[in-house]
Amino acid sequence: MKRSQNIFLGFIYFCAGLTLLFLFLIIFFMTVRGIRVISWEFITSVPKKAMTEGGIAPAIVGTFYLTLGSIIIALPLGLSCAIYLCEYSHRNFVVNIIEASIKNLAGVPSIIFGLFGLAIFVKFFNFGVSILSGCLTLSIMILPGIISASQEALNSVPQSLREASFALGATQWQTIKKIVLPSALKGILTGVILNIGRAAGETAPILFTAATFYKRGYPDSIFSEVMALPYHIYALVTEGTHPQKQIAIAYGCSLVLLFLVLLISSFAIYFRQKQMSSEKCLMQ
Amino acid sequence: MRICLKLKISYIPLPLLLFTEMIKIKEKIYKWLFAISAFTSLIFLAGIAFVLFLEGLTIFKTVGFSDFIFGKNWYPTHEPPEFGILPLILGSLLVTFGALVVCVVLGIGSALYLYELAGQTQKAILKPVIELLASIPSIVFGFFGLVVVAPFLQKLLNIPVGLCAFTASLILGIMAVPTVCSITEDALNYVPKSFKEASFALGANRFQTLTKVVIPAAGSGILTAIMLGISRIIGETMAVLMVSGGAAVIPVSFFQPVRPMTSAIAAEMGEAVFGSQHFHALFAIGLVLFLIALFLNIFAEIMIHKYRSKLRLNR
Repeated sequence: MKRSQNIFLGFIYFCAGLTLLFLFLIIFFMTVRGIRVISWEFITSVPKKAMTEGGIAPAIVGTFYLTLGSIIIALPLGLSCAIYLCEYSHRNFVVNIIEASIKNLAGVPSIIFGLFGLAIFVKFFNFGVSILSGCLTLSIMILPGIISASQEALNSVPQSLREASFALGATQWQTIKKIVLPSALKGILTGVILNIGRAAGETAPILFTAATFYKRGYPDSIFSEVMALPYHIYALVTEGTHPQKQIAIAYGCSLVLLFLVLLISSFAIYFRQKQMSSEKCLMQ
Repeated sequence: MRICLKLKISYIPLPLLLFTEMIKIKEKIYKWLFAISAFTSLIFLAGIAFVLFLEGLTIFKTVGFSDFIFGKNWYPTHEPPEFGILPLILGSLLVTFGALVVCVVLGIGSALYLYELAGQTQKAILKPVIELLASIPSIVFGFFGLVVVAPFLQKLLNIPVGLCAFTASLILGIMAVPTVCSITEDALNYVPKSFKEASFALGANRFQTLTKVVIPAAGSGILTAIMLGISRIIGETMAVLMVSGGAAVIPVSFFQPVRPMTSAIAAEMGEAVFGSQHFHALFAIGLVLFLIALFLNIFAEIMIHKYRSKLRLNR
């Protein structure tokens, strides 16, 4: 009996260790092989000689535009949806349907968003393959995440604060604007930051809606195609004529993307951890 | 309330009355604005379903439903083209099955580690680390699989191609570990402490307590984790596109290149002419994928409610 317990516990150690090992390996390989090509010039210059030399600046800029645009669209929508669900609505059939649809939207495969964006934004509204189409598609994808993060933040605001505000004669909107939102701001921000990381790394939704392999210079309007870091990695390893040189650049590109995404996420996770411990202090 | 207001109105000056009326109207406007935006997710979900049906169902006019789902040949660019997605479905199933084994073993194992063996400090470090693993973009996983894992496995196992269902399963399995791990850990933590204490009091050791008491009590929660894991794996696109090899043939072994549904859409949509049969066929694949994901998510949702009400945690 003792032996079976030891085997079982050993197996658990093995599983946890293997997971960590894999995470370590990814970061290790990307760093060691990527650091060779990374220089100031690599980050700030445009690609040269059919993608075999030069930098990745347009891709970084493109990812920045796409991420920023999708957050600008998704944040107001997601936040007001969360406000309605937490502050105004009561549990009824319609609210249940809305919550179910949020959960299901979160589970839709990312490539499906790409198909939807292609059919609606690129073709039906005729925005073409552009930053605008890409931002709209990405914003639908991150909407459920923003809603649930905002909901969590709003729910963590103590009910007594709202009651105190109502008792002073404030209306519902005044209470939300002056009391609830400021108290929930940190939580909402954390959720938003986590979703920024997700939007920056996602490739499938922008595959047919925004991304292009090669573009001379930087995008000049929201209707122009754009290079994006994740798509650039994909294109470097699957297209083009000089696999060896391109793979080296792809390593550099992956390292930049990995660094950006991990930086954003660890910032958000740290922020949340700190907040949770301060909330615990308040409770005690 | 009404009577009070009416009594007051008689001596409230007119400007103040207008002011309060304006506040009331403003309140109503805000409420309606929020209510409308609350429906956006529902609208988008319905819109996605509508677009997929609209664009996808067209293919069934030329290719029969059963020929599409059970057809053995996927030659969309041949003349005449053949649109049978059975190889793609089987490719998806094979990769999903393999990845499921990996993510269930590693995910539940890691969750049990966090639940049973890790101390407070270890938990404080490990949980964020697992979340970081979840935030690594799928393209980086795919690139890693393509340039590091596939050549390594090819040498290690002495197989003809490194980019095969096995490699894809391994990569996708690792990608789904955070999902499975965090939901399983939640489910384990929902099990009341008294269950465990009662088991120890009866003389059971840790192994017996875990396998006979805690895991069965968290059973439907763990099942939810697995469901959502499957949903994540089957919808994963970029990583699977880069490491699965891309051959649209009916797979007979794990060490053979496959082309799952998601990678077929991603790889071929760029070449498909807008409005052509191929274009509609890819939307129809999207429809199949969408329905599978919808089914898995609804099922998972039902399971969550079940285990919460079983443990009386419905809030």
